[in-house]
Amino acid sequence: MIRTASSAAAAVKTLALSAAFGALALASAVSAQAADGVKIGILNDQSGVYADYGGKWSVEAARMAIEDFGGSVLGQKVELMSADHQNKPDIGSNIARQWYDVDNVDMITELTTSSVALAVHELSKTKKKIDIVVGAATSRLTGDACQPYGFHWAFDTRALAVGTGGALTRAGGDSWFFLTADYAFGYQLEDDTSKLVKQEGGKVLGAVKHPLNNTDFSSFLLQAQASQAKVVGLANAGLDTTNSVKQAAEFGLMAGGQKLAGLLMTLAEVHGLGLKSSSGLVLTEGFYWDLDDRSREFSDRFFKRTQRMPNMIQAGTYSAVLSYLKAVKAADSKDPDKVAAKLKELPVDDAFGRNGKVLANGRMIHDMYLFEVKKPEESKKPWDYYKLLSTIPGDKAFFTAAESGCPATK
Amino acid sequence: MTTIFGVPTAALYGQLLIGLINGSFYALLSLGLAVIFGMLHVINFAHGALYMLGAFAAWLALTKFGVNYWAALALAPLAVAILGVIIERTTLRRLAGLDPLYGLLLTFGLSLVIEGMFRHWYGSSGQPYAPPPQLQGGVNLGFMFLPIYRGWVVVASVVVCFATWFVIERTRLGAYLRAATENPALVQAFGINVPLLVTATYAGGVALAGFAGVLAAPIYQVSPLMGSNLIIVVFAVVVVGGMGSIMGAIVTGYMLGVLEGLTKVYYPQASAIVIFVVMAIVLLVRPAGLFGRGE
Repeated sequence: MIRTASSAAAAVKTLALSAAFGALALASAVSAQAADGVKIGILNDQSGVYADYGGKWSVEAARMAIEDFGGSVLGQKVELMSADHQNKPDIGSNIARQWYDVDNVDMITELTTSSVALAVHELSKTKKKIDIVVGAATSRLTGDACQPYGFHWAFDTRALAVGTGGALTRAGGDSWFFLTADYAFGYQLEDDTSKLVKQEGGKVLGAVKHPLNNTDFSSFLLQAQASQAKVVGLANAGLDTTNSVKQAAEFGLMAGGQKLAGLLMTLAEVHGLGLKSSSGLVLTEGFYWDLDDRSREFSDRFFKRTQRMPNMIQAGTYSAVLSYLKAVKAADSKDPDKVAAKLKELPVDDAFGRNGKVLANGRMIHDMYLFEVKKPEESKKPWDYYKLLSTIPGDKAFFTAAESGCPATK
Repeated sequence: MTTIFGVPTAALYGQLLIGLINGSFYALLSLGLAVIFGMLHVINFAHGALYMLGAFAAWLALTKFGVNYWAALALAPLAVAILGVIIERTTLRRLAGLDPLYGLLLTFGLSLVIEGMFRHWYGSSGQPYAPPPQLQGGVNLGFMFLPIYRGWVVVASVVVCFATWFVIERTRLGAYLRAATENPALVQAFGINVPLLVTATYAGGVALAGFAGVLAAPIYQVSPLMGSNLIIVVFAVVVVGGMGSIMGAIVTGYMLGVLEGLTKVYYPQASAIVIFVVMAIVLLVRPAGLFGRGE
């Protein structure tokens, strides 16, 4: 029996490896045709826990941006490529390397998952190619890991902490308990938020670290209940967040008077949960389809193509691609130095970014929004999920270039 | 307040109860695996995917056809069992008599295909499924708030586990099954249809997975990945209990659920690996598992 078990383990390992190589082969097959033109690559998770968070919907958003721009720039056709990095930094940087070296890709964007984004960010610096991170959260991308060709678009851990941590504490939620995913991203989110909570005069009563991809949160929720904190902050992401929200409702956390704050949650996760489990949840997002006429116009078109409303990752990818193409046009060249300079010079004003501008460290700052999820009876139509609690101006939500810790902008 | 190692006893009772609830899922799933392994010598890696299918079947039945939870509790395992019959008749049967590794690879591949299809159709963030109206809400036990639905999970799983054990160990059908495991040729010679018995066993084993899936639907997000998150733990449970041992699978399932619950109180970071630590120790000390007979 032991022999079988160990050979089984070996077999699983082999399968995992071949799956990885399969993905590489796929990526190269898709991108085999090398020609002139401006090439944009979408690299993200298309099959794992973040497949709804960004996934193929981000690819569709990028396609819309290219169509809206007219399909070509500087008289050259704009080409879109995409690949699945499976949330693995090694696979992600291999695909990026192949795209930059063999396929002459000019810009890589989306880049969900901080570890992959950091790896590709470093690669873009050595290859002198532009990348615009949308889906990853870590503020290190424009902090200690900043680089002249790297940009960070939709949000970061700092903005989430300011939005949810700061605003909620000011609104009376002055004692916190954290459910934290036991890896770097969870720690950073918990730390950043704790700082803001304390700054606003609140206190942190405790935290419990749960393993990544945990399915049952009841033990942790009992501990959160016992702490009697006014706010239970979820410093986790993806399925971990949806499962903790669903089970918090089951254990009567909100009914007992505690508030639940999703530190990284988007419309896609709220949609997956349904209003019954998620109503009352407070979260920060950089975009909502029903904000104003421009967001509605874009989102309706997105809905017609995908049967879903975009979240800030998908709308952010649209904005990133559109801004890149505008910068190429303004620079009258694909030269990364010139394009990077234009990206930092031009204002960002599209369906996603309002009052947006790009700082010297590559951080795009724009207004962020604190939302509360509606009760089922308040929702008047499909996808009518959010109530706007407050708007956080871009320069308050994000670090300034000097504060960010970016060595080049100190 | 009384405390044990710095944890209030009231909180401890709560965690023990939660351990028991999680143990119910481990027991149901590992029971199915044990039954299948005992009879077919197949390490059924598709078990997690079939558990996921059970949950999806319940969700689809409710949203597309308005079939309620109670009906789904019977229909979803049936649907999964039918799929099990197809899998056994068309593929697994051809691997009979080969090294168990072939069956493992086949079922592993199947689970990737099934999960991939559902991810393609329904996305990865999952679908909501509300508990039936009769079981909503909760009761305050003094030391914890117990959602009624979780209580029901424990009851349902104990009943089903006991029934399965009874059928296999105490009925004539179970006697045929056990005999066919020992010596299929001889049992066939007595006029018993062994291939049918094998198919029925596989169908029954996966039906247990489907049943666990329906039970899980209101607690976890109905997501294509829900099975793969659980299946490795369940395999560890089966190994600790002893491959193929019915009683071993049930008892170990509950036991490790409780152990995991306690770990979540004292050192949460270790809760994902505590079961594997136990598995490693058991394999070193008793390679056949706690309840296994050895070979």
